[in-house]
Amino acid sequence: MKLIFEKSVPGRDGYSLPEDQFPKMNIKDFLPEKYLTKDKKNLSEVSEVDVIRHFTKLSKFNYGVDDGLYPLGSCTMKYNPRINEKMASLTNFTYAHPFSSPDMVQGSLELMYRLDQLLCEINGMNQFTMAPASGAHGELTGILVMRKFFLDRGEKRHKVLIPDSAHGTNPASAAMGGFEVVEIKSNERGTVDLESLSQAMDNETVGLMLTNPNTVGLFDEGIVEIEKIVHGKGGLLYYDGANLNASLGINRPGDAGFDVVHLNLHKTFSTPHGGGGPGAGVIGVKSKLIPYLPTPIVSFDENLKKYFFKDVGPKSIGMVRSFWGNFAVLVKAFTWILSLGPDGLYQCSKTSIINANYVLAKLKEYYKPAYDRYCGHECTLTGREYKKYGIKTLDIAKRLMDYGFHPPTIYFPHFEPYADETIMIEPPESEGKEILDDFIKAMIAISKEAKENPDLLKSAPQRTPIGRTDDVLAVKRPILTYDDELKFKD
Amino acid sequence: MSNKILEGLYYSKSDEWVKVENDVAAIGITFYAQDQLGDIVYLEEVKTGIRLKKGDTLTTIESVKAVAEVFSPISGEVIEVNADVINDPSQINQDPYGNGWFVKIKMSQPDETKELMSAADYSEYRKE
Repeated sequence: MKLIFEKSVPGRDGYSLPEDQFPKMNIKDFLPEKYLTKDKKNLSEVSEVDVIRHFTKLSKFNYGVDDGLYPLGSCTMKYNPRINEKMASLTNFTYAHPFSSPDMVQGSLELMYRLDQLLCEINGMNQFTMAPASGAHGELTGILVMRKFFLDRGEKRHKVLIPDSAHGTNPASAAMGGFEVVEIKSNERGTVDLESLSQAMDNETVGLMLTNPNTVGLFDEGIVEIEKIVHGKGGLLYYDGANLNASLGINRPGDAGFDVVHLNLHKTFSTPHGGGGPGAGVIGVKSKLIPYLPTPIVSFDENLKKYFFKDVGPKSIGMVRSFWGNFAVLVKAFTWILSLGPDGLYQCSKTSIINANYVLAKLKEYYKPAYDRYCGHECTLTGREYKKYGIKTLDIAKRLMDYGFHPPTIYFPHFEPYADETIMIEPPESEGKEILDDFIKAMIAISKEAKENPDLLKSAPQRTPIGRTDDVLAVKRPILTYDDELKFKD
Repeated sequence: MSNKILEGLYYSKSDEWVKVENDVAAIGITFYAQDQLGDIVYLEEVKTGIRLKKGDTLTTIESVKAVAEVFSPISGEVIEVNADVINDPSQINQDPYGNGWFVKIKMSQPDETKELMSAADYSEYRKE
């Protein structure tokens, strides 16, 4: 396929303006030389229909949650019901200006207020901020809140504990918050090693960042002990809500003792992400941390019967994002929660857990699980057994594309000795048994091919618009801009 | 296993190798380590002159699969850095014990090599 630049025809354009009635003017008479662009910008000259056909064709190469199963572990690629979009496109929301006076947008404020109440109830927390724009942004906000909490108390704590199974964003957020990261090993069950944790946890440590179920998809049943160890030394527990899809109506992070939680509304709460975003990484805290939240939060004046933006106060870490967060995402998440109701939320997590365990049970004799035990909403298999046939886990994932599925997450999580050559499969609640059976059949067929006809896997994918990409070259020499020197090669 | 583990080198549990000549130690990662990482795309530059204690982070290495830290198996001062391998980290995959070396360190405590593994011990340690 040609690039849009290669479709350029000199002089062609996609608009026609009425004949110019004004005298010609020289831009240099109006703008200082230094503000003028020197080099000619290489813009494509194409008509409207050229543009539409170009991007329509590109869009057909795409694969998303509306096409089929998207079992990308740790990403919760669930179907996003259309009613969410309908609610988010109500004109009273879309036409609300961020500078509108609160009197004019009481409905929008009420939605934020009620979403906070719902999220508090679902997670056992006391107050949420809707400001952070993504999961990682929520993490950083949470870390800054924790830092401010200890600074305010005059406690000098400079370390953050993070399990080796954590998402890479956890150590990154802690480091950005100015903390030293201390890694905690996983035990043979794939969960936090309690002895290592108690040795590392001291009164110079802020606390522990934990995902539960963790990145291997396993519920950390040591959570009661973990809470005692961390709180016993005056630390705080941070919950990475990446895997909340296993917990709705089953367990609440707040009840387990977590002091700060971040939620990816764009994952568990069913709003588009992964190229279809934006996200929303809201964070919730226990009462003692409310004074440190980003300002403002939405509150309700009982006397005036009105919603308003309340300043969090002098201890707040300040604003973390312009205006009021990614508001449309909040509308979609709110819609989803109300559509399902409490029983529906419980059913969502239950179904996602059953789905993952079904896939695990059907595939474990073909792809050895990282840990052979019941999983949460995702299961972690490995491609280790196929090394002896010269097959990498990557080849298995690529071959799956030939069967019409989006590949699962591979090589993550990665920690020795168990989580190596991992294939992490997350079949969310929106997937029925039939599609899971098709996926399982494909995985079993690939297992057979790996032994009998490994070249089929090594040369995969064959049935996609674009074959195997060179990911080394893509990292080492990415070509991000087009110039005439670079001619597209077929 | 002959090309995977080289005789005459010292090995660490975190899969670095050390080649000693007088009081200078060349350091790299083992065949096993590069095989685990897969195609290596980036090696963080190390500055000459820095002093490291055994176990300190020497550099960070990135492959298409993962990011990993490389630890210094011995203490001393970095006196030479392999600029070729920083420009073309795929040499670590192609020749981990040769052109793929990372740095040379002037050892401050040469006795530390005694705490490392021999080729035979390392072979046992990484037996599949």
